[in-house]
Formats: sequence, C-alpha cells, structure tokens
Amino acid sequence: MTASILIVDDSNSVRMAIRMALTGAGYAVTEAADGAQGLSKANGSRFDMIITDLNMPNMDGLSMIRALRKNPAQCGTPILFLTTESEDAMKQQAKAAGATGWLVKPFVPEQLTKVVRKVLGR
Amino acid sequence: MSETDPVAAFRVEAGEVLEQVEQGLLDLGHRLDDHDLIDAVFRGLHTLKGSGAMFGFDALASFTHHCETAFDRVRKNLTPATPQLIAVILSAQDHMRALIDGDGTERKAEGDAILAKLQAALDGAPAPTPAPAPAEQGWRLSLRLPPEAMQNGINPLTLLDELRTLGDCRVVARTEQVPLLGDLVPTHCMIGWDVELRGAVAKADIEDVFIFVMDDMDLQIEQIGPALCDDARNAAAAPAPFASPSPSASPSATTPASLPAPIDDSRPANAQEPAAAPNGRGAPKTGESVRVPAERLDLLMDRVGELVIVQSRLSQLAHSSAADVALHSISEEIERLASELRDTVMVLRMVPVATLFGRFRRLVHDIARDTGKTIELSTDGETTEVDKTVIERLADPLIHLIRNACDHGVEHPEQRLAAGKPVAGHVRLSARQEGGEVVITIRDDGHGIDRDRVRAKAESHGLIQPAQVVSDQELLQMIFHPGFSTAPQITSLSGRGVGMDVVKRTIESLRGTIDVESVLGQGSTVSLRIPLTLAIIDGLLIRVGDGRYVIPLGVVEECIELSLEEDLRSRGRSFITLRDRLVPFVRLREMFVTGTKPSVHQKIVIIATGTERVGLVVDQIIGSHQTVIKPMSPVHCNVPTFAGATILGDGGVALILDVVQLVALGQHQEERLRAVA
Repeated sequence: MTASILIVDDSNSVRMAIRMALTGAGYAVTEAADGAQGLSKANGSRFDMIITDLNMPNMDGLSMIRALRKNPAQCGTPILFLTTESEDAMKQQAKAAGATGWLVKPFVPEQLTKVVRKVLGR
Repeated sequence: MSETDPVAAFRVEAGEVLEQVEQGLLDLGHRLDDHDLIDAVFRGLHTLKGSGAMFGFDALASFTHHCETAFDRVRKNLTPATPQLIAVILSAQDHMRALIDGDGTERKAEGDAILAKLQAALDGAPAPTPAPAPAEQGWRLSLRLPPEAMQNGINPLTLLDELRTLGDCRVVARTEQVPLLGDLVPTHCMIGWDVELRGAVAKADIEDVFIFVMDDMDLQIEQIGPALCDDARNAAAAPAPFASPSPSASPSATTPASLPAPIDDSRPANAQEPAAAPNGRGAPKTGESVRVPAERLDLLMDRVGELVIVQSRLSQLAHSSAADVALHSISEEIERLASELRDTVMVLRMVPVATLFGRFRRLVHDIARDTGKTIELSTDGETTEVDKTVIERLADPLIHLIRNACDHGVEHPEQRLAAGKPVAGHVRLSARQEGGEVVITIRDDGHGIDRDRVRAKAESHGLIQPAQVVSDQELLQMIFHPGFSTAPQITSLSGRGVGMDVVKRTIESLRGTIDVESVLGQGSTVSLRIPLTLAIIDGLLIRVGDGRYVIPLGVVEECIELSLEEDLRSRGRSFITLRDRLVPFVRLREMFVTGTKPSVHQKIVIIATGTERVGLVVDQIIGSHQTVIKPMSPVHCNVPTFAGATILGDGGVALILDVVQLVALGQHQEERLRAVA
C-alpha cells in the first residue's frame, strides 16, 4: 500500500519541492500550510508520516508536534521536522516534543527520500 | 572529576593496566620466554583496547589493537620475544598513556612511527595495517532505545532491518528489562538488542542508522577482530578485569536455533558503573563445551531424583496444611524448579544417536564382504538425542537387527536381479523423536518375512496350535521367541536363533517396544520405541488394598469405572467390552492377595503396548506422580511383576508395575479363555 505523507510548511516552494521528490518516489502526499492546518488534517485522516517545518505562522511546528503527540491516535506516527544546521537547541526541543527525526535544510531530493525510507522502512 | 563519570574512571583504570603491562614488559626483558608474563601483558593490551573503544578512545583502541596483534604473535610462539620488540612496545606504552591522558588529539604521526618500528621488530611478520577498517571483521552492538522511542515514531524493527542492509547480522533480543504484564506500558520499548554485524562496515555507517536516537539511547559498538578468536577463550581464565570484544563461535559449528541465546546478563545496563563494566564482559559461552565424567552426571541425576522425592513430600505437606498460603506458593515454586532441573539434567545426559550409528557402517561393510552381497547403509536422524545409558544398551540389539537385515533380509545379487530389484540391497537406519520416546527403525528392501515359514516353525515349536487363529502382528512377533530362527542355514552371522529374543528382552528392559512389519518380497521394517530416559518417569499412582503402585503414564490409555453390576457380571471371565472390543483385565487385588475389603467404586486402568490392551482393576486412582525409579534389591529383582520401586512424598514406598509382564498375563488369560471356549 502506498504510504501517505503529510507535509506541513508555510513555504509553497518547499512544499512543492518535497511533494515532487516524494511523489516521484511513490508516496502519496498531502499538504498543509501551517501548524493549525497540519494538526486538523493529521487528526482528520491517517498518515504514515508527517514532515513539518518548525517556524510557521498560526501554530509553529513545535506546538503542532506536542499537540499531535497528546492524541493517542498519533502515538507512534513518525514525525520528521525540517531544521538548519545552526538550530541545535531547536532540534533538542523538537525531539523532546516527540519528533522522530530531522532533516537539515537545504537538502536534495535524494536525501529526503533516503530519510523517509529509513524511518518508514519502505 | 566526579565519581560517576565513566570516562574518568576508565582513565584511572587504564592507568593501572598500563602500569601492570609496563611491569610485565620489564620483567619479560629478563625472562624472555616466561609465558605467564607474556599472557599477562597480552591481557593488559587486550583490556585497554576493549575498554578504550567502549569509552570513545578510538585512537587508543586502534593503536592498541596493532600492539596487541603484534604481541599475540609472540604469545602464539610465532615470533620470539626479543629485547628489541619489548623496547618498541614499551615506547608504544608511553604513547598509549599520552592518548589516555591527552585531550583527544590523535597524535597519529607519533603512533604510526611506533607502529612502523613495531613492524620492523617483528621482522618479516605481516605488517599490521594502519587503517583500522580493513582489519576488522565486524562489530558487536549492544543497543537499547529510550522507552518513548516507539511513541515518537521510531520503529525498532526498521532500525534492525537497516542494520541488516549493512552486513550479515545476528540479532539477539535482551528481554530482561521487560516488566511484568501489570507494569507493562505497551507503547514503551523495553527490549534491548545485541547485534553481531559481520562485514567490513565503517563505524560511521552504523552510527548513521541510529542518527535520530543516538543521543538518548544506549548504544555500544565494539569491534570484532579476526585475531581475537583465540583470546576469547583466555578471557574466562583471566584474573584481571577483562574487556573482550569477543567473537562468537563460527556460525557453521551449530545452527543458531539450537544455541542458547548468548545473553550476557551480567552486563551492566548502563555505563554508570564503570568499575563493574569490564567485569562480566567476557566471551559468551556459545559453542563451548565441557567434558564431564559420566559418573558425575549419574550422581547429579541421583541428586535430582532425591530432590524430586523431597519436593513431592513438600507439596504433599503444603496441600495438607491448606491454611498456609506462603508455604503453598513456595512449594509450587520448588515443584516448578525441580521439574525444570530434572529436564535440564536429562538433557545433559542426552547424546546423539550418531555415536551409535557410526559403528554400523563398518559392520554392514564387513557383512557385505563376507556374504558377497552388495549392501548400502543409509542413516538419517543421527542428531536425535537419547539418554546415554539407553544408547549404550541399544548397541547390541541394533547390531543384531542390522545383521539380520543384511544376512536374512537382503538377498544375493542374482536373486535380487531375478526379482527385478537393483543389485545393491539397501538398509536404512533412522531415528526420530516422538514425544517422550525415540523411535529407531531398521528397514531393508530384502525378501521380507515368509509368514508361512514362521507359522510352520511356530507350530513345530508348539508355540501355536495348527489352525489356531493368530493375528499377523502376533505371528511376526514369534520371531522374537527364544530358539526361533527361520533361516534354513546357520551362518556365522545369524540364524542360530539366539539374538532376536535377546533383542526383545533388551528392548523391554529399556521399557521399550519392538514392532515388525514385513511385506514378502519387498522387505521388512523393525521399529524400536524406547523411552528417552530411564531414571525418572511420569507415573500414575494407584492404590490396591493397602499398597500403592505406579503405572508408567505413557502406557495408560484410559481410566474407567468398574461398576458393581459389571464387576459381578464379569466375575470368572474377567473381560469387559470396551467400544465393541473385548479387553481382558487383571484384578490386581487378587494378584497381590490384598485381603482387604474392596473399594465400592473400583476402577479399571486400561494400559496398552503396541496393539495389545489390558485392564488393571485397582481400588483407587490417586493421581499422576513424578516417579524416580529405584532398582529393586537383588533379592527382589527377579519378581517379574515389578519393574522397580519409588519413594513417595510421604516417605512410603510404591512398586512400579512392569507393564510388559502384565500385558503378557492379560494375553495369557485371553488365550486360556479361548481354549476353554
């Protein structure tokens, strides 16, 4: 079965880049433009993985991750967040909030699909 | 420097080890061939390497690895210990100290210079490769995820699968931290894993697998080097704390399924106990074996037997004083332990039948040569394990049976050709386990047993009356009668009519049974069914009059009630109808002349051997009983009805009924009845 992935990012171009990379690798992709939207979409249907930016208007990534992990239905859903090399403190916070792993920006499509495949195992 | 800082503790400890190594090297300078000193130095280097890698002193570990490899050659007498070599290792020593006390800089140039000198000192010995990766054969990983990892989307199986993509993995789960069901949080990952990863894999690639959990998890990665195989054995004897990145036995030696999981429970759960860490990290005992004299095992078995007896006394006591719950639970615990111990000890005494089968190849070869036949022997199930004493006593009967198969069964080549069979006769010896029994079959593709000849012979011996109806199985069993041989000519090998009865007697003394099947012209199959062990059996404890007796549970088919009407009706003829079959029964009360008043509700225990069934009328069925078989005294050992005795929980003695004898008695009774009718 095709794995479905939710992308949460306020930047349209980043979403597009990720969507292209993932659909190209055979994943089904859904997009959300901010944390609030991401949360409602995530709780509205089941995703095999969520990829989120951290800095976003209308509920940032950290708050969304925390909110997601409060929902028992989201227990165990892999959540990857996008970060930059300089944001080490942020990385720790996101992990503490319950994120599974991270992806350092900027990244090339191969890196993205590699990490997704690593976490999903398919 | 805090007490709980493992790195600091390692520095202290490594300093001590270095001092010992240095002392050893200096002493060695005076006594170049002192093997104790060489071993001590080697162990020191080995410890440094292992624990160095564990606490992140990678430069130290890889440098020490080369020194250790070099010194290993000395230890194995491949290279003599020369003053020159000792001098180099002493200077290496100083380098190691610098690495331990240093700030983490690798000082690679210095190290390489020393290694070059070391190589020169070894004089023609293969150069230790400076790059660590190609020399390594693999990695030993010990990993434990943080409990919340699974909640956060980490799938441990995915991680393990990813490890498998790097190289051959042997994964063993460590479950000792899994809590009781009541305390179990299903979303928490409480299982740890030990992984042995084979292949030239870079450490960074392994760490990459765990990149998202690296900070929170326990992950130890140790190298497994090819040179260490022998050292692991030394580790057990090493007096000093010994950190060994130990390899396991070669995978070809045994299949993983039959190995006990190499779980090292003594391994500390975290690195907060640095002092304890190097201890108990010795080689896993996989594949090691200890030779123990058989008497010691017998002694152990004896003790276990005694323990089982005492345990049953304890459980009887616990059941009688029902008020004491604590005693009850202890008693149950001990019962469980005792039965586990019993099983464990029994397994110790098990030896594969291969030891037995091995001898027969020669036997068949010799017979073929002497008789001019072509005979092939094939065996299977050699790994089937049987109690050692059983194996020993099986040898003679099997020799007889194989001789018979080769000599009487398999025909001469011309006969075989005439019968349209391949020239080479085939004897197949196979063993397999079925429940608590091992079944050994000897099958030949010879001419089979001629029932008419057996019948004629039996009649001439007066074993059966002419025209008497006997079942096919009964007829075939005639060949086990003493003095019975249908071979027209007596050869040096068989046909004297001794042997088959001995076979039967031996098998029966092992509480086994023997079955023959034969198709004329196509061959015969003899099947021996033998209990796996002789020392302890599961028995059914019964009461007859005042006495208690044990029937081996394996032969008990069912227990039914002998109703009063049926009792009266059957008097004098001692048969009951059981599912449309007449089953003879024996009144044990009469047989043992109890003289007490019979129980109102007498029971019949139906026992069966092969196809024969017989009922035993008893007063009471007490229950199942783990029976430790004690031999009868020399005075009583010829009493045919009993196979032995056992001591009961209350200290009383129960006799063990000899089933074969009782069945024979039942059959005799049946025959008498037929004769009367």
